[in-house]
Amino acid sequence: MSKTLYDKLWDAHFITDIDGDGLLYIDRHLIHEVTSPQAFDGLAQKGRKVARPEKTIATMDHSISTRSLSLDACGPKNAQQLRTLAKNCNEHGIVLYPVGHESQGIVHVMAPEMGLIHPGMTVVCGDSHTATHGAFGALAFGIGTSDVEHVLATQTIRQSKAKSMKVVFNGQLSKGVTAKDLILALIGAIGSAGATGYVIEYTGDAVQSLSMEGRMTMCNMSIEAGAKAGMIAPDETTFEYLAGKANAPTGADFERAKAYWRSLQSDADASFDKVVTIEVSDLAPQLTWGTNPGQVIGVDGAVPNPSSAMDDTLRISNDKALQYMGLTPDTLATDISVSHVFIGSCTNSRIEDLREAALVVKGKVVSSAVTAIVVPGSNRVKVQAEQEGLDQIFINAGFEWRLPGCSMCLGMNDDLLQDGDRCASTSNRNFEGRQGRGARTHLVSPAMAAAAAVYGKFVDVRQLPVGESI
Amino acid sequence: MKAITVVSAKAIPLLEDNIDTDQLLPKQFLTEISRQGFGKHLLHDWRYLDSEESVPNPDCVLNQAQYRGAEILVTGDNFGCGSSREHAPWAIADFGIRIIVAKSFADIFRANCLNNQILPVTLPAAAIDEIGDLVSRMPDTLLKLDLPEQVLHVGSKSYTFDIESHHKNNLIGGVDKIGRTLLEINLIQEFESRSQNIF
Ligand code: SF4
Repeated sequence: MSKTLYDKLWDAHFITDIDGDGLLYIDRHLIHEVTSPQAFDGLAQKGRKVARPEKTIATMDHSISTRSLSLDACGPKNAQQLRTLAKNCNEHGIVLYPVGHESQGIVHVMAPEMGLIHPGMTVVCGDSHTATHGAFGALAFGIGTSDVEHVLATQTIRQSKAKSMKVVFNGQLSKGVTAKDLILALIGAIGSAGATGYVIEYTGDAVQSLSMEGRMTMCNMSIEAGAKAGMIAPDETTFEYLAGKANAPTGADFERAKAYWRSLQSDADASFDKVVTIEVSDLAPQLTWGTNPGQVIGVDGAVPNPSSAMDDTLRISNDKALQYMGLTPDTLATDISVSHVFIGSCTNSRIEDLREAALVVKGKVVSSAVTAIVVPGSNRVKVQAEQEGLDQIFINAGFEWRLPGCSMCLGMNDDLLQDGDRCASTSNRNFEGRQGRGARTHLVSPAMAAAAAVYGKFVDVRQLPVGESI
Repeated sequence: MKAITVVSAKAIPLLEDNIDTDQLLPKQFLTEISRQGFGKHLLHDWRYLDSEESVPNPDCVLNQAQYRGAEILVTGDNFGCGSSREHAPWAIADFGIRIIVAKSFADIFRANCLNNQILPVTLPAAAIDEIGDLVSRMPDTLLKLDLPEQVLHVGSKSYTFDIESHHKNNLIGGVDKIGRTLLEINLIQEFESRSQNIF
């Protein structure tokens, strides 16, 4: 019988059935300070051990400062959480990449760049953006703390199988339109719960021509459409990215692995429970206008007018979003001014993202009405960017150049917006209060965020003067 | 954790769609390292007018006296969307809610509820609208949830719902999930030796 990529990954990790759920083996488990302490606590209460400590990797990312390497920089609660992670890792023999380590970074940025994620793996983490790693043709999804404890104790997880959705992006992207715009357009089309109960496989010319960074951006936001996971079949781009990475196979092993990885494709006649096709050739850069990631418009569009023929529920939710966002219906996207710009997060803080943003910013200055920060996703990204001089481009333009971490994506540290601030953000969630109570978030690509910093409002990056455009 | 069998309780109507985990429990409360004490922070931004939580918002249903002691939450579509933070269901449980009746749930959140002895019940939109309307007008209404029979009685109406049988049994019986998985340790180890050369 023909199989989807998801079927193949599922079957390759299926151990047995327990009470109607599949018991799946987990190849890679990533942990961080926020969702793991209670899991280790649970183990201790039952006197259980970590089954395979070598398959779990830890980093510090969510509650750290991006201004200081001190664990105490964000107060005693954050410090206690960070030290608890260090203590738990130490006690259980888990490798930890703490603040200041060359490999430290946002968990979904540092793990791939260390070559820890391979095609065909199962990857879990107590974090919903674990879907990022599906970019390698892995089955990767976020779990809660009880399941973190389950994975620590058993190296397995219990799951019911999801339905399958194929999303085809046809055509080629115009200059200035990126993976972020593709995924925002998809979520806009199917809604923020449009893929609930599904695992998505992204295909089509536009996806195949994306770099690994772009593919990670895309898979990262699968959860914002409600999907359990998102994945892209591995190809030469994937193999090239992995070749020479620290934890990737080498020599003859690499060749053997490649032969297996090549088999990780949906069969040509595999059937999906749902297929969505999106034509991308005319796609404009996207931005969110509301308070969930499905409330999206093109930069050449306008904020929707809820009075037009909408059903009641939709109208009420749009009204509420407009009110929170302080926006008037029919406002042109390019008439929305911003007070803050955040370039960072596990969606868009990789080297390619920073290069795209730097290209727009180069030789310009940040608008006097805007506070702008760049937070590289990992120490490796930071060092690389500094070698390329990107940090100087940002600093000269008036951006702050920070230490790696989750930062203003969720503001567990002091990177918080105030009531009424309006931010062009390269992160993944525009929920009420996400970046600070009363703060207003517009999700955009790095180039769009960079341009918003310079112009103080949204501009269509396709129309920037030559030399500025990406 | 308390077993759920038949529960008669008041219900809180929180009828918005897409209530996300950032609303349910904002990030400033995620630095705790225990599972306890999150209930007072549930829906913080909507529930309090100040960040110190000293001025309750009278408009928020969670603060309204007539709903005190409710053990059921009635809500809209895509409840619990967003992050995997289990702190959100911990806050709900700590607040006293044992059953959430919604038009639909986000996947990870639903799994987290089941792992924390909270029963997620999905009902059609029309049913939620009826129930929501009733408990908004008559907050004292006792809803009767019968998990063994998989039915929710509201006044003269009864709504049946689906739940996977193993989840149902766990909620009724209270099972140590990890302990159950560890019974399969031989199969897990066989799998490991079989597959170690593939990846
Ligand atoms: S960057 Fe944001 S979305 Fe990504 S892991 Fe950190 S907090 Fe979560």
